[in-house]
Amino acid sequence: MEILWILVKIIIVFAVVMLHVMYATYFERKVIGHMQVRMGPMRVGPHGILQPIADGLKLFFKEDIIPTVADKKVFYAAPLICLISALSAIAVLPFFEGFAIANINIGILYIFAMSSLASYGVVLAGWSSNSKYSFLGGLRSSAQVISYEIAMGLSLVGVMMMAGSLNLTDIVHAQMNSPFKVYLIPQIIGFFVFVVAMFAETNRTPFDLPEAESELVAGYCTEYSGMRFALFFMAEYIGMIVMSCLAVTCFLGGWSGPFEVPGIPFFWFLLKVYFFIFLYYWVRATLPRYRYDQLMALGWKVLIPLALFNIVLTGTIKSIFG
Amino acid sequence: MPENKSESKQTTVQHMAYEPYTVAMGPQHPATHGVLKLDLELDGETILECKPTVGFLHRGVEKLAENISYAQCLPLTDRLDYIAAMANNVAYSVAVETLLGIEVPLRAKYIRTMVMEMARLTGHLLWLATHALDIGAMTVFLYCFRERENLLDMFEEICGARLTTSYTCIGGVRQDVTGHFLESLHAFTDEFPSRIAEYETLIDKNRIWLQRTQGVGVVSAEDAVSLGLTGPTLRGSGVDYDVRKHMPYDAYPYVEFEVPIGSKGDVYDRYRCRMEEMHQSNSIIRQCIEALPPGPIRAEDAPDLVMPYGPQKVVEADATFSSGIIKLVEDRKRFIKGDVYVAAEVPKGELGFYFVSDGRGVPYRMHIRSPSYIHIGALPFLCKGQMVADVIAIIGSVDVVLGECDR
Repeated sequence: MEILWILVKIIIVFAVVMLHVMYATYFERKVIGHMQVRMGPMRVGPHGILQPIADGLKLFFKEDIIPTVADKKVFYAAPLICLISALSAIAVLPFFEGFAIANINIGILYIFAMSSLASYGVVLAGWSSNSKYSFLGGLRSSAQVISYEIAMGLSLVGVMMMAGSLNLTDIVHAQMNSPFKVYLIPQIIGFFVFVVAMFAETNRTPFDLPEAESELVAGYCTEYSGMRFALFFMAEYIGMIVMSCLAVTCFLGGWSGPFEVPGIPFFWFLLKVYFFIFLYYWVRATLPRYRYDQLMALGWKVLIPLALFNIVLTGTIKSIFG
Repeated sequence: MPENKSESKQTTVQHMAYEPYTVAMGPQHPATHGVLKLDLELDGETILECKPTVGFLHRGVEKLAENISYAQCLPLTDRLDYIAAMANNVAYSVAVETLLGIEVPLRAKYIRTMVMEMARLTGHLLWLATHALDIGAMTVFLYCFRERENLLDMFEEICGARLTTSYTCIGGVRQDVTGHFLESLHAFTDEFPSRIAEYETLIDKNRIWLQRTQGVGVVSAEDAVSLGLTGPTLRGSGVDYDVRKHMPYDAYPYVEFEVPIGSKGDVYDRYRCRMEEMHQSNSIIRQCIEALPPGPIRAEDAPDLVMPYGPQKVVEADATFSSGIIKLVEDRKRFIKGDVYVAAEVPKGELGFYFVSDGRGVPYRMHIRSPSYIHIGALPFLCKGQMVADVIAIIGSVDVVLGECDR
């Protein structure tokens, strides 16, 4: 029975996440469209509401082109690595009180492991395509991951120290019992570093260097087409959702809110996640793209020192005030 | 800073058994503004060498012109810099009028100056849109296209075409402007400075934009002159040279405007120059609307559009008959033999037309000095030692259009 219940939970969460991925693309196009004085998708269904389904069908029926010089096995595996690791990270996220597929005691580490694994998919995709632009995209991605994973990990150390746990549910509980109810205020430096690293981790503007459209055509996914391309696309959006969930869980108090909404225990959680996803779109519509060396400089010279400073500060305050 | 980087990289090249990584950027690439091909030799992401290849859009405009009359050549000039066709039309007409010695009526001069500045706005708006998009700022792209649409709609109103205008003719303009057109243009100029401010809020104070553009693609004033750069690309390096000021044509002597110049000669200074130029163009358009004199729009002695080969017919009394019959006599003396070079300031720089005329009514040789072609020649100099992402920014900042480059 236990296994059956877990399976049901997995299916429900998977379906909900996939629905969110579909409509995240739609809302991205709508939000950015309206920011850019245009309408966004309007043709498929009322206000283009069926656009994601049309896109999915189109990608599914596209011809699957594989370059003759590509390393076939790795070429097949790369998008799957991306997607599977992105989806696996969802398992530990607590959506509301007592609901997480796997409530393990090293939740944060697990998510880091999975998101690092996803970057292998990008690197391997760039390498196996045997295309020059893809290769450059893959190189950029590996450099980016090395510098931003560290900053991201360090930025959450403050949260771990305050909560005294790596379990995401425990972190949320610890926040509920803390004086500010959220870690956003005491961990503001950590939050800043985390948000910047979050954009870099998911390869979104202004850190979308691995797929920089105007420089590397499409970077690591230049040679991918049809469903394989769609897998990368899904992985990117799932990555965005996971990172938003992590930010909400670690800094904004997870599912807790100013008052209980009866019948919808995950109301506040979703609201906060939507805010972060909106933030992704907002930044994409506003900012230009960093250059490769500037990105590295920002990671190593600004974010990592800031995160280290935050750890020292948190530790000092904690040891003085208990 | 880029200098040091390239030096340190090159020492490592000598130490290792090493082959540079060559990438063919273009002719199919989203950021090479058409069909420009750059063969890049890379060390990591640093450019060791950049070799531009042009000619993918060659249509033989110069050769075509040798078999058709001066008036028939005019539509060919639409296809040079297709982003700002109106400016090419004006430049061509001014050149032919200088060759034929035609004096254009004042109203036509003002109208031409006005449409040329409109063309400059369309050109600069498209430049800003694509330049920002190349660096990654998407929204500016669509904001610029919004204003460009307004201008193109106004072009459609005066000549029926949005891009391939062919609005001018030798000796004037084809059609007079309407009151409605002038009103809508005036309303546009009222609003446009606030639109420029809107673009600037998005990119001008943006740290990422500044980091991407400042100190990138630096060209000193001496180098810029010796590379033959013109237009805003030259003025960004601090050289005060503008054909509109130094060799004025049409109504430019009668309007007041400033020539914005930069100082450092990097991508950012070139960007600032063009932004300031948009303000100046806006003010020139306003002055032209306000000072537009009444009068004819075509010179008396202009070649006929309907019979472009034939010089204008002159009515003469027939000497052999005494019955008072009159006949048409061709007046051929206006097709002067000789050669002439006349330049005009188009959005990209100095667009010059060089004609060799043998008096037949068709050019014996037409040479187009296209700024884009010469600017592409400067790319190897500008790109050396920079990074891949900078190449995109530099291509944007020298503002090339391949239709004009390949002719």
